[in-house]
Amino acid sequence: MKCTLWTSILILALLVACAPVNLNAPAPIFDTGVDPDSWATIPAGTFLQGQAAKPASIDYDYEMMVTDVTLGQYVGFLNEALASGTLKVDGDKIVGPYPGDEFRGVKHEVRIEAGDYIIVPTDDPSSRFTFDGARFMVKATWENQPMTNVSWFGAWTYCGYYGWRLPTELEWEKAARGSGDDRPFPWGYDITRNNANFYTSRDPFENMASFGSRTTPVGFYNGQVYGDYTTLNSASPYGLYDMAGNVWQWTGDVYEGMHYRFLRGGSKDTYDMDLRIWVRNNATPTYFSPGVGFRCARNP
Amino acid sequence: MAKRLNYLFRSTKGLILVAIAMIGLETAMFGMLSGPMAEWGVRDFVVRVLKMDLVQAEREGRIIILYHSIAMAVVAIETYMITSLLKMKEFYKLAVRVLITVGYLLAMVFGMGFAYWGHNWAFHGLYIAGLTLIFFAGVLLTIALWPWNKEYYQTDKAYSRTKKGVDVERVAFFAAALTTVISALFGAIPGSFFGNGFEVFLAENIIRYPEKTTMEYSVIGHLHIMLALIAIMITLIVGRWLNFKGILHKIAMPLIILGTIVLNLGVWGVATPLEPIAHMIIYVGATPAMLGALMLVIFTWDKLIREGVAGIKKPNGWQKLKALLRDPLRFGPMWQMVFMNFTTSFIGIFMAVRLDEIFRVWPAREERIELTGHWHVLSAIIATIILLYYGDMLGLKGKLRKIYGWTIIILSDLACGAVTIFEMKRLFIGEAVQQPLVNTLMLLMDFGLGMLLVVLAMVMIWRLVDLFKKKGRWTEEVEHELSAEVNK
Repeated sequence: MKCTLWTSILILALLVACAPVNLNAPAPIFDTGVDPDSWATIPAGTFLQGQAAKPASIDYDYEMMVTDVTLGQYVGFLNEALASGTLKVDGDKIVGPYPGDEFRGVKHEVRIEAGDYIIVPTDDPSSRFTFDGARFMVKATWENQPMTNVSWFGAWTYCGYYGWRLPTELEWEKAARGSGDDRPFPWGYDITRNNANFYTSRDPFENMASFGSRTTPVGFYNGQVYGDYTTLNSASPYGLYDMAGNVWQWTGDVYEGMHYRFLRGGSKDTYDMDLRIWVRNNATPTYFSPGVGFRCARNP
Repeated sequence: MAKRLNYLFRSTKGLILVAIAMIGLETAMFGMLSGPMAEWGVRDFVVRVLKMDLVQAEREGRIIILYHSIAMAVVAIETYMITSLLKMKEFYKLAVRVLITVGYLLAMVFGMGFAYWGHNWAFHGLYIAGLTLIFFAGVLLTIALWPWNKEYYQTDKAYSRTKKGVDVERVAFFAAALTTVISALFGAIPGSFFGNGFEVFLAENIIRYPEKTTMEYSVIGHLHIMLALIAIMITLIVGRWLNFKGILHKIAMPLIILGTIVLNLGVWGVATPLEPIAHMIIYVGATPAMLGALMLVIFTWDKLIREGVAGIKKPNGWQKLKALLRDPLRFGPMWQMVFMNFTTSFIGIFMAVRLDEIFRVWPAREERIELTGHWHVLSAIIATIILLYYGDMLGLKGKLRKIYGWTIIILSDLACGAVTIFEMKRLFIGEAVQQPLVNTLMLLMDFGLGMLLVVLAMVMIWRLVDLFKKKGRWTEEVEHELSAEVNK
């Protein structure tokens, strides 16, 4: 009897584990009121960098996007760049040119030569866009959500296409922390579930029994009330949104002897500890995921 | 009262009981601050009720103190076992026990006080003082284990010994103790260096950086070797408890000594110009050490089967299997050692072999899950082996012995197996569709570890109640020595 009970529980657990996930489950639509085309100016000067809060300095003004690049923005770029021949279709992916990196032969370093590299996959079911062989379309309800499933090359190409660039890690960190104090989060010293989109933050887009955590629209955590869900205004001191949580953000540094590219900010899939400003993640530049996006920087 | 304190702090079984209780309390209390407990809001409640002061920038430092304080209590338990199982001068036995007991209690109480309740620097000083006392206990233990003293020569030819009679098993204990003391320095020196201003780091967070400082390499080497040495020591302890002897003992002991020394040389080499070949040296060292453990597994299981089928003229396979499984407390430690290969060794080897092709294509945070997962599992397995031995020390018999033993084995293997699948999930499932699997695995992990803690709590409550009895079990245990309880 006992044996049957335990076997049944185990089988039930395994069945639950194998339950299918509806990747196209509709997401609620909320207008955050934050303009994804806006930029924030980060003034030159010192700030406290890293976990140990050491003084660092950036001696020029620069601008960064107030939000992550949205699906609407990125799909527009894909269609434009595909039509202009900047990008091309290569099997199940879109590729674009990259001039290559200097290879130093360091242990574990992978050579990145000049050539075409993946920008986005065209057949990944977790992508929030579709491709009919000629044009890209944003899936319904995802227009104002951050672009995901984009490789570092895809982020680098997007920014470069418009004459911008990916922020360096230092630029990213200053934009997130501001120059006033050693805060661990863009909005201050403590984190609650209503500050950002992270793993089990219980936002209206999440369903931990099925598809898990999903992205929230850019600028979602701005103090607005969406239905019965209240957010806290979690902008950084310079007015940037989603600098903690939602999606990891590609940064632009290419380090000597290392092909990895670095990501900042944590994501919808990580615990709150990874949302701390100084936390670094990295991956190969061809990597893409439903939890990785980016934003651009530019010189004024 | 004095008699009870005498039992708890002077007898072998009392000291082990206190250390297990302290680890259990710490694990239960601080386990509520992470993982699903944080998800469910338990962390916030605990932090509020206990008035903890958790500064975000100090998380890594807190974790380092947390697992050091648990590890010190585990080292203390192993030391109590060694000092009770092996012959040594009474002075050394007493001195080692006093130092390590005061040491781990100081490290645990004041270390955690410092880490989780604001920065009282007197607490930090006492934490360091505790670690220092443990280090000196290690030095004294190494001296006490000196095997080339004729008093400790092995006269029984059934055991591994040199022509002159030196007890090779004692040499293995000595080698493990000596290298543990040396390896502790690989953590202590950079610990002091990085501790100045709290620029701490977790090794798993810097593993991909091509340029690491000598101090960083030293920390990485330290954490690996200390866990490996705790594992080697528990293997030797269990071998002594189960009276490991015969031809397999004669093969195993030199292998374990060789493995211990070469493994240490390799790990120490990580912090030297030998770094590029250090991993190769580590593999060369790990292989004989693991082979030695395999000999112990074969010896014990063979012994269990022989004892179990004694009286049966021609036992069949089923009868042999029943004989093997009839005593979970003696079968269990060996099974856990075998199971460890599936959750730690094989995973580690697979990762090493396919590192650049698979694991380094994924984000560093995925690799971190694998790195931290496999040593958490190894730590948990070592803990269960200690608990199984402790069950035998308690004198559990009959049905209770079976329930206690099988509960520990099944629950821990369920949790550790789930952790292993969780670590490797990216091999067979994508991020977007993983949630139902993750939920199930989390449930299995939490159920396994949670119930294990419940079992431990029940044992601790039983022992606590026993302490209130005038003629409780503790009155008998006060004089017990593990050497007298070695299997015949």
